[in-house]
Amino acid sequence: MTTDTSKTTGENAPTGGRPTMLRAITAAGGLASVASTFLAWTWTSEFPGDLTFNGYPGGLQLLTLVLGLLTTLFALSAMDVRGLGWLTPAGSTQALRLMALGTFATTWFTVIAIAVDLGGLANWEPGAWVAAIAGLIPAVAAFLLPNDARPLKRPAKLPSWAEILIIAAVFAIGLYVVNYGIQTDADDPEPFLGYLIATGFAAAALFKAGVVTRLSALTAKYRSVTLIAALVTAVAFPFTQNKASYTELGVNILVFATVALGLNIVVGLAGLLDLGYVAFLGVGAYTAALVSGAGSSTLDIHLPFWAAVIAGAVVSLIFGVLIGAPTLRLRGDYLAIVTLGFGEIFRIAVLNLDGTSGPSVTNGPNGIPNIPPLEIFGFNFGEDHTVLGHTLDTNANYFLLMLLVTIVVVLVFSRAGNSRIGRAWVAIREDETAATAMGINGFRVKLIAFALGATLAGVAGTVWAHVQSTVVPEQYVFAGPVPPNSTFLLAAVILGGMGTIGGPLLGATLLFLIPKKLEFLQDYQLLAFGIALILLMRFRPEGIIPNRRQQLEYHETGQLDVPDQPQLSGNAVGVTKAEA
Amino acid sequence: MTTTTSPVLNANGVTMRFGGLTAVRSVDLTVNSGEIVGLIGPNGAGKTTFFNCLTGLYVPTEGSVSYKGTVLPPKPHLVTQAGVARTFQNIRLFANMTVLENVLVGRHTRTKEGLWSALLRGPGFKRAEAASKERAMELLEFTGLAHKADHLSRNLPYGEQRKLEIARALASDPGLLLLDEPTAGMNPQETRATEELVFAIRDQGTAVLVIEHDMRFIFNLCDRVAVLVQGQKLIEGTPDVVQSDERVIAAYIGTPFEGAPGQEEAAEVEAAEAQQGTRPSGAPKSTTARTEDGQ
Repeated sequence: MTTDTSKTTGENAPTGGRPTMLRAITAAGGLASVASTFLAWTWTSEFPGDLTFNGYPGGLQLLTLVLGLLTTLFALSAMDVRGLGWLTPAGSTQALRLMALGTFATTWFTVIAIAVDLGGLANWEPGAWVAAIAGLIPAVAAFLLPNDARPLKRPAKLPSWAEILIIAAVFAIGLYVVNYGIQTDADDPEPFLGYLIATGFAAAALFKAGVVTRLSALTAKYRSVTLIAALVTAVAFPFTQNKASYTELGVNILVFATVALGLNIVVGLAGLLDLGYVAFLGVGAYTAALVSGAGSSTLDIHLPFWAAVIAGAVVSLIFGVLIGAPTLRLRGDYLAIVTLGFGEIFRIAVLNLDGTSGPSVTNGPNGIPNIPPLEIFGFNFGEDHTVLGHTLDTNANYFLLMLLVTIVVVLVFSRAGNSRIGRAWVAIREDETAATAMGINGFRVKLIAFALGATLAGVAGTVWAHVQSTVVPEQYVFAGPVPPNSTFLLAAVILGGMGTIGGPLLGATLLFLIPKKLEFLQDYQLLAFGIALILLMRFRPEGIIPNRRQQLEYHETGQLDVPDQPQLSGNAVGVTKAEA
Repeated sequence: MTTTTSPVLNANGVTMRFGGLTAVRSVDLTVNSGEIVGLIGPNGAGKTTFFNCLTGLYVPTEGSVSYKGTVLPPKPHLVTQAGVARTFQNIRLFANMTVLENVLVGRHTRTKEGLWSALLRGPGFKRAEAASKERAMELLEFTGLAHKADHLSRNLPYGEQRKLEIARALASDPGLLLLDEPTAGMNPQETRATEELVFAIRDQGTAVLVIEHDMRFIFNLCDRVAVLVQGQKLIEGTPDVVQSDERVIAAYIGTPFEGAPGQEEAAEVEAAEAQQGTRPSGAPKSTTARTEDGQ
């Protein structure tokens, strides 16, 4: 890889003229794309987003605008324009190609969608022609550029307030991007598909440019600032929504992300393949439903929320230990089979505990509806509240409550993972024989992971029962088109990246949001899901946000793991790290 | 450390049968504190099986193993906790953990912090983590790997991986260290460095039991050497005694014909080999070759 780089840069130096010209063309193409978005692309507002205005962009044009602008900036950065070097610390060409391709794909997707939706090229206004050609130019030009991938440059020294400001800005932009996706209209698939194309290419380009690496170094440097920023962003989320359906999406995503993160302890850290994890969510949800005063609950008690949470956690813990104790002595595949069986047993048992097939506990297939909304310190979660001039609906209330649970799970994950017990989990996953020879009681350590995962799912389940205000057994299947199901949760963990915190959160967001927005696929959703997973396993088996270990496991990238020299100062490492 | 005669390890009539096959047959072995004991034997003699019986990976069919007078339970993690640590013949590091993390895992039995203390992160937890890391770094200094503490262990060169296995085993503060072919695949310089390392470990008060094929290494290193042939202990004694024992030579090289040693026999063997094409068991031959090189 290193020889490759030096070779290309060697070629680059003498023939400086042509690449510079190509980059200039790319920049111009990007600008042309930007300009085209100020024209009308079609004549009728029937196409979603209303692209009929001259003078300002709208709908899908906005995506082309942003990508075109980014392409221009990247091209200028590649031309060594002062002040833009930070955009491409790890080489510009690959990033520029992806960005240009993203502009091209988004623009062409839009104009083709116009033609297909409205029936023919006759529906293109001149603006659409301009956009199509303007989108093509940078894509072609960028592909003629020589590769200039290089090792990451050392970042420029910035004052710390500026670095903190960058972190804040990144989170703000992140919130905006997520909101843009959530708030696209679910009735028409075009805006969301365009959004997916645009964000996908832009994210890949930023990654290739080295910006993502640089940012993660920055967030690692200011950990507490990053945590606060993440928290503020999450709290701000419900305040930036104006429709109940959006906050509902938000709270659902948060619940499943939290459950996926709990599963990540079991799968990602301890390496135990749990195919029935959703059952623990179900145990928690049913426990909460039974003790929270629902009319059809067979238990005539109404515990306060904190007691319901504890009950849900304890019952899930008991189930976790009951399932884990006999099976965790086994290795590998047996556990997967047994947990798969347990997941189904839970669902069928709940179906049958209806008073006719078995004792009356769960109302069978009818479930337990009308769980009364929560009330904590007089704050009724079922009512709208106006906070800071913004009305929080019931979903927003639960979102904020769920956020607390998420924070707890994140804390548990990071603290347990980075400790004696977490190292034992990873050791067991890496080599169980060697781990036991190092004095680790494999069974005990695995059982702790399994029970901890079950408990966290149970806690999330208690909140989820209230969010849904009803529990039915058919939600807790192994695989199905509607989350939660065990396959969905596992896929979220693997898609996002095993063993990381951000991975399952991102994975669950994508896996929940995409099917919700692409409902036109209907029965083909599962097919698309399967194809997507196969492609992911082929091209990025370590997940979108890999942890360092997985990344190295799947891709031999030479010296990637060699840490920066300043960190290596002998004995001091252990001490400083331990204190941090 | 002070008394060099008290036994650390006492294996009594250890027998291991796999179905009809008896891999180890009533082997007695004693390792005293401050001693380096070697265990040699042709391939397939049952050395590693015997090791696995000692460390609880296998439950011996008959016989018992005791450490400092107490019988070891047949569970690997309890054996390690009792004070017997081991390395593996084929390196079994936690490949995707850093060098430091590998050693920290080795500290597992000597620390107690469970899930709650990890979640609550009290002062006790921080102190224990700091102490563990300090001890781990000490061991890495000791084995000369401190400068690579943050590397993934899979990226270490082969010789350093062997060293890291030793450091990881030492992290459990063992009274007895079992090394399963610590110099396999090493060049002469690395072998010499390992020799120094084992002496240093012994000087710190840890008794060492080592399986090895490299004869020069083992006879330089060990205070006593036991020879295992076909699952049975043939002889045990000082390197000089073992080296000159005819049965050992026979086990490794084969029995010479009466009155006609040397050239003639060698020629005969070669002829037989040429006729057969391949030997029925190629393994003892390789060991032989190495023995001759070594001496």
